[in-house]
Amino acid sequence: MTHTSADPDPRAAAAPLYGLILAGGSSFRMHRDKAALRYRGKGQLERAFELASRYVSMVFVSVRADQTTDPMRAQHPMIVDSVAGEGPIVGIRSALAAYPHVAWMVLACDLPFLSDAVLSQLLRERNAAGLATAFRSAHDGLPEPLCAVWEPAAGPLLQSYQDEGGACPRKFLIRHAVPLLEPLDRHALDNVNTPEEYAQALTALDTPSFQGHRMQLKVQYYALMREQAGRSEETLETSAATPADLYGELIARYGFTLTREQLKVAVNSEFSEWSRPLAAGDAVVFIPPVAGG
Amino acid sequence: MRFRFTQTAVDTDSARRELLDLGAGGYVSFEGWVRDHNEGQEVTRLEYEAFQELAVKEGERIVAEALRRFPVKHALCIHRIGTLALSDMAVWVGVSSVHRGEAFDACRFIIDEVKHRVPIWKKEYYRNGNSGWVNCERCTAAPLYDHAHAHAHDRDHDRDHDRDQDHDHDRDHEHEHRDEPAI
Repeated sequence: MTHTSADPDPRAAAAPLYGLILAGGSSFRMHRDKAALRYRGKGQLERAFELASRYVSMVFVSVRADQTTDPMRAQHPMIVDSVAGEGPIVGIRSALAAYPHVAWMVLACDLPFLSDAVLSQLLRERNAAGLATAFRSAHDGLPEPLCAVWEPAAGPLLQSYQDEGGACPRKFLIRHAVPLLEPLDRHALDNVNTPEEYAQALTALDTPSFQGHRMQLKVQYYALMREQAGRSEETLETSAATPADLYGELIARYGFTLTREQLKVAVNSEFSEWSRPLAAGDAVVFIPPVAGG
Repeated sequence: MRFRFTQTAVDTDSARRELLDLGAGGYVSFEGWVRDHNEGQEVTRLEYEAFQELAVKEGERIVAEALRRFPVKHALCIHRIGTLALSDMAVWVGVSSVHRGEAFDACRFIIDEVKHRVPIWKKEYYRNGNSGWVNCERCTAAPLYDHAHAHAHDRDHDRDHDRDQDHDHDRDHEHEHRDEPAI
């Protein structure tokens, strides 16, 4: 039986974090504005904006100068491209330039499977002392720069990189050997570039096969946590991939005062690691500091 | 079952009989009692609860470890749950063996491990009307339960040092109901 060690605490010296939704792309292959694609009755820009708003105090939409009057974008705070160039690197650099002491949770607006589990993992494992925190692509093993946290320190280096002719934030992360997170859900960052991929995503989201992303779990509460949750057990639907993710969701819901580092966790009545993948129907118990005898 | 819970008072006579063995030359038992004070507060009663499915497995593992580690005949631990009054017995441990030394050692091992590993919680009710979950509420600013430490400890099968010193941080915050072993 082993336990994952306590997460390093980068918050002490971490820059404040804002959200940036990249919605300036030209959507050539889609033949229509990707930010306006609708999933489950909501435009993708809105979905990404709402998701990000749950984790950071301010969220902006990154736009090109010619998009500032678009009603869908203009209803949100915007950061207009302020540096020359093409592609997402321009949006990231413009945000870092606009607020030089802020770190940015950058999200592309063509990630329909983005979830709380993904963002809570990203923020939990954020390395505020580095240049960026990004996932490793489940498809090609390369960095995913558009669901990532970009730290203030990356600003000047991105500028040098662009000055030398670079344009690809993914290659920038490779060049600087930014350590990558292993995504808990390999499909969470699947993106949608073509009408065919959009149709597939709609099917995946709207059919029972999407149950792979959300599942039912049973959670039991004891002692202080039972009192704080106001219940001794419940069945809930969640996209949490691991007990660690689940505890993050439940802290937000119930305001538990015990930190994860103070707890152990059991799955199906046996001690478990925090990173164990959860399966539908699992019974999870968080174990506060014990006091038998 | 060598570890079990009871909702009512522990029947120590019948528990002791489970340890009888013609080859045993002695028997050691330990009783944990509800004390009337803790950390400067007057305690009036306690409530114990347990995650029983896991607790009985972990308790069984502890007793099995004790039997592997010490050459004793039999061992048993019974823990009370529910509401307990002052002087009620919260936990009972008994060990029979050929010679007394290993019986004392095994008994001490079992109660120490149970306190640190088995998912049991107790809520103290105080004279002034307050109440609180021991180890959970009064010191939440600093983690009380050092998991990495506790687990390094679990794997330390050869230790013979004093657990009280080893776990001094836990102990500082612990509600120690047993001032003097009842042996």
